[in-house]
Amino acid sequence: MADEALFQFLHNEVIQYVYKSAENGEMENGRCITRLENMGFRVGQGLIERFTKDTARFKDELDIMKFICKDFWTSVFKKQIDNLRTNHQGIYVLQDNKFRLLNQLSAGKQYLEHAPKYLAFSCGLVRGGLSNLGVKSIVTAEVSVMPACKFQVMIQK
Amino acid sequence: MSRQSNRTSDSKKMNSELFTLTYGALVTQLCKDYENDEEVNKQLDKMGYNIGVRLIEDFLARSSVGRCHDFRETADVIAKVAFKMYLGVTPSVTNWSPAGDEFSLILESNPLVDFVELPDNHNNLVYSSLLCGVLRGSLEMVQMAVDVRFAQDTLRGDNVTEIRMKFIKRIEENLPAGDE
Repeated sequence: MADEALFQFLHNEVIQYVYKSAENGEMENGRCITRLENMGFRVGQGLIERFTKDTARFKDELDIMKFICKDFWTSVFKKQIDNLRTNHQGIYVLQDNKFRLLNQLSAGKQYLEHAPKYLAFSCGLVRGGLSNLGVKSIVTAEVSVMPACKFQVMIQK
Repeated sequence: MSRQSNRTSDSKKMNSELFTLTYGALVTQLCKDYENDEEVNKQLDKMGYNIGVRLIEDFLARSSVGRCHDFRETADVIAKVAFKMYLGVTPSVTNWSPAGDEFSLILESNPLVDFVELPDNHNNLVYSSLLCGVLRGSLEMVQMAVDVRFAQDTLRGDNVTEIRMKFIKRIEENLPAGDE
């Protein structure tokens, strides 16, 4: 068992690294986010393989989303998603009221503009996980009040 | 919203696969970004250093370990407390130099390399370089300058993973005049 602090520090370093290399290479913010997301994607793919070893076959898309909200989230972030909403047309909103990777930042407005950096990797995690379950998606995240955040999953048909 | 204070050490444990895979993703990215392995090693070491200087605070706060009186004690704390706490493994401490300023940490298993196979074209890559940086950075924060390097690595076909640590010097505290 690894310790959580280690992952959080590593995650910070990854963000630092991606943004620093961007300074030299004139990469804009969007590209950095994409890079972080891609790294998360690969990790998500690996994780879901490990987590679903012993689970029963999923019935449908909603079943998969429930798995992500409960088991996947618990394994990765040590809590469940607080709220899952869907329009039943392929859009799911996962709300986490106390997101692990934002928890260490000030709850005020001071660092709100930096929040997206800390979410990109996790968006990738979810997308990667879903992709290995055969669900193509676009995952975005938004924060209005720290440390709560909403992940929006748009399923691609 | 009130801050919860039920942070027991147990709740800090997490899935180590996430850490291992994330580290793998980072190394992969670095290998894409840099042309040669030496650069990648250097970069990993640097990132490890940054982590180390911060990790030591977390460690001291949570482990209630006091100041170490000699290098042997330091070795013990690193192997038995720190490695156990953060990576869940306990390396053995061996190969002391006669002067007592150099020793080896032998890792039977290295959690960082759980799912890793080195491709042939990365002969010089020291995959777990991050660890060297972490050790160096954290010890520097407790006034110890050390040299850390990998002497053996299971990824390159050795039987065990060996981290060699050499004490260089005590870093003197430079207190500003009139302070204290």
